[in-house]
Amino acid sequence: MTKAKHGDTRTAQTLSDVSRRGFFRRVAAVATVPLTAGTMVVALTRAGNADEAVTDASRWGLFIDTTKCATGCDACVRGCNEEHGIESSARPEIDAQWIRKVVVEDTQSKHVTSLPLMCQHCADPPCVEVCPTGASFKRADGIVLVDKHTCIGCRYCMMACPYKARSFVHESLSNQKSYSPRGKGTVEGCTLCVHRLDEGQGRQPACVEACLSGGRAAMVFGDLHDPDSDIALMMAANQTTEIRADLDLDTGVRYVGI
Amino acid sequence: MSGSEPVASVATRFVELEGRGMRHSLLLAALALLVAFGLYAAHYMEQSGHHVTGMSNQVVWGLPHVFAVFLIIAASGALNVASMASVFGQAGYKPLARLSVLVAVSLLVGGLFVLVLDLGRPDRLVVALTHYNFNSIFAWNIVLYSGFVLVALFYLWTLMEGRLQKHSRFVGGLALFWRLMLTTGTGCIFGFLVARPLYHVAIMAPLFISLSLSFGLASFMLIFFAIQRFRGSRCETTMQERLAKLLSLLVWTAFCLMFAQYVFAYFSTTQGDVARFVLLSGDVYTVVFWFGQVGIGTLVPLMLLHRCKRRSNVSVVMVSAAMVVAGGFAQLYVLILAGQALPLRLFPDKVIVESSFFDGAVATYVPSVPELGLGIGGIAFALFCICTGVKVLRLLPDVRSGAGLA
Repeated sequence: MTKAKHGDTRTAQTLSDVSRRGFFRRVAAVATVPLTAGTMVVALTRAGNADEAVTDASRWGLFIDTTKCATGCDACVRGCNEEHGIESSARPEIDAQWIRKVVVEDTQSKHVTSLPLMCQHCADPPCVEVCPTGASFKRADGIVLVDKHTCIGCRYCMMACPYKARSFVHESLSNQKSYSPRGKGTVEGCTLCVHRLDEGQGRQPACVEACLSGGRAAMVFGDLHDPDSDIALMMAANQTTEIRADLDLDTGVRYVGI
Repeated sequence: MSGSEPVASVATRFVELEGRGMRHSLLLAALALLVAFGLYAAHYMEQSGHHVTGMSNQVVWGLPHVFAVFLIIAASGALNVASMASVFGQAGYKPLARLSVLVAVSLLVGGLFVLVLDLGRPDRLVVALTHYNFNSIFAWNIVLYSGFVLVALFYLWTLMEGRLQKHSRFVGGLALFWRLMLTTGTGCIFGFLVARPLYHVAIMAPLFISLSLSFGLASFMLIFFAIQRFRGSRCETTMQERLAKLLSLLVWTAFCLMFAQYVFAYFSTTQGDVARFVLLSGDVYTVVFWFGQVGIGTLVPLMLLHRCKRRSNVSVVMVSAAMVVAGGFAQLYVLILAGQALPLRLFPDKVIVESSFFDGAVATYVPSVPELGLGIGGIAFALFCICTGVKVLRLLPDVRSGAGLA
């Protein structure tokens, strides 16, 4: 009985060691694969899941290094369009563009800069202020969204947005993504891929992921309130700029190099 | 008339629109047809999506908003006549006070008809009425518009019901306050837009008040003179001259504010490019500004109404009022469309050389038939309400009572 007991114990210990070793191996593999692929892993330590209430402990934002953003590259735009099922129409003026590429030239130095432009997820968003029904709202964690159930399609938020970051859906939609519902006759804009964030798996927004895959790494997503996050460290180490800083909107998207 | 004469001492006899059943029915049928056209246009836009309109993600408010804003601010101004009688004690305007209130309410309802049916989701009107974001000036305007209808109808009741006439001055004062708030609020819808340089100026609210007084009186005069022609009657010369003189004064006031809006901006370092766009380089907007807004809407009516002799000619006064209305549409077209056609100032010290979303470029807009149909439907709806109102309620001064009519 005793032998058997010892034997059982060893066996159990061996099994336990094996499974622990396997666990660590798997964790290492999961952690290593993206790293070896050249992907920057950002610790989304405070990302919760869909069941948890969002708090203001985090403020999600983007750091965009325009010196790494190449003219002619639109990987971020394609990544966003693919993620959210956004398609072009025959009339570009009515196309929804949650993110777009803009090339600017300095009037004095003639220096040319390429940058992605999207909803700036302002701390004081004009679109939220003007929305008559409150459909346009800001989450506690700083992400500015549109409630598709209460948006009446008045487009006043589009008039108010200084970045032309919102789009009105002019046509019937097909091939919608279940995690990113859209609606004809309502307004929409960049969600910072909130569906990914709320999964709590630490997934990056599609544009950031696409930029990383393209080897540019011009965009960093993370929690501005977490002093140890990559974005906070990048922000601390660089002089960043807000677009239309004169409006004092305290944007969640900051740029370097413009 | 003495300015202090109590308004309640009404000597005028009021009647419904007399006789002429067939002509009236035909008129109502024609208006109903236009309303149906407007409803069909809205249905078409809603079913197909707004891609069938000239509006886009560059120009998000178009012709329907020109019609809606015109009707809404004209509604406020149409109450001028009633306010003059009730609040400012000008008893000479009393015979027209009831019609003035009906025109005001009807124009507002017509404006809301257009505004609501142009929504991306007009079926969610109940959401707009039950979800309020009180930080939004637009939400405040929903309250102001709904409240205006209630206050104006109550005001009409005090004017019509003998026992309540002693309250008409107070309620008239409330209506005056309310309509000034309404036009201020409508001006603020534009004035609060920090992103748009043409709108984000302090003059926007007073400008809208001034425009409402002018557009509203012109609209009222057109409707009143048309009703008189329909009745085979005409406005007494004194009353006509009084209205024409008041219109002339209000058009002049609006012109002064418009002058200040653009000339001061022209010499401003921050607004100069905006003013130059409208005044000089804005293509269709520049043409509409000079010919429509300044020429047809302001200078010609002012010249026509300048001389007393001309003010006694009903045709001249009607043409002048019609030109003020046409100029009003031109003015709002320039304001609403040019303000969006101008590119946003994203990078003040940089030039945008490439963008997939038309950044840095002047946006184009061509109005579509459905938009025009919806706008005309709104006007027709307002006129339908007026035609029905004068037929079923005693709102018109009796020709035989000699109250300002002949």
